[in-house]
Amino acid sequence: MGAVLVLALVTLVAIGVLLVRNEPAGDPMFVLLAVVEVVLLVQLVVGVVLLSSTDRDVSGVLFVSYLVGVVLALPIGAFWSLAERSRAGTAVLGAAVFTAVALELRLWAIWGGAGA
Amino acid sequence: MRDLSSGPGRLLVFVYGVFAVAATGRSLVQLGTDAGRAPLAYSLSLLAAVIYLVATTCLLLGGPLAWRVAVAACSVELAGVIVVGVLSYVVTGWFPDKTVWSHFGQGYGFLPLVLPFAGLAWLRRTRPGAERG
Repeated sequence: MGAVLVLALVTLVAIGVLLVRNEPAGDPMFVLLAVVEVVLLVQLVVGVVLLSSTDRDVSGVLFVSYLVGVVLALPIGAFWSLAERSRAGTAVLGAAVFTAVALELRLWAIWGGAGA
Repeated sequence: MRDLSSGPGRLLVFVYGVFAVAATGRSLVQLGTDAGRAPLAYSLSLLAAVIYLVATTCLLLGGPLAWRVAVAACSVELAGVIVVGVLSYVVTGWFPDKTVWSHFGQGYGFLPLVLPFAGLAWLRRTRPGAERG
C-alpha cells in the first residue's frame, strides 16, 4: 500500500509542476495516471483477498467501499478534466489525485481498525 | 452569463462532487450502522450531504434559477460549517462522533470551511447579468 501513496504523491507533484508552468496535461501525464490506476486496481484485488483471509477487526463493507472509491477517483477526474484542457482541467486532475491520496490514507486507518 | 461548470467552475464542481459522495456515503454508513450513538452529528452529516448534492447539481445545470439555488446552498453550507464548527468546540457533548462540519471540517483538511467561500466567490463572478467572469 505504501507504493500507492508514493506513486500518487509523485503524480501530485508532477501535476503541481504543470500547474505552475501553466501547461496543459499531455500524454505523459495521462500515462502516469494510467499507471497509478493500474496499481490501484491491483490494490483492489489484493485488498479484497487480504480482507477475506485476515482475522483482524476490519470493517469489511467500509474497507471495500474505500477500495472501490479510490479506484473511481482518477477515471472520473480524468474524464471531467478532458472537456477543459486548461489550467482548471489540470487542477481537476490534481484534485482527483489528492482525493485518491486522502482515500488511501483513510483506507490504511480502516485496515488498522478505525470506524466510519 | 458564463457556464457555471466551465473554467474554475469545473474544479469547483469536481470538489463539490467529491464532498457530495463522501458526505452521503459517510452519513448513510453512520446512520445505518450506529444511528443511536450520535443522532445529531449523523443527521448533520446527512444535511451536509444533501447540501453538497444540491450545490453540485446546480453548478452542473447552470442558468439563473440554478444560480440562485446554488447561492442559497452555499450560504447554508457556510452558516452550517461555522455554527457546527463553533458548537463542536463549545458543546462537545453534542458531538460524540465527528461529522463533515464539526471542528470546522478538521477531519477533511478544513476544506469544508474553504469550499463555501470558493463557491460564493465563483457564483459572484458568474452572477446573471455580469458581462464576464
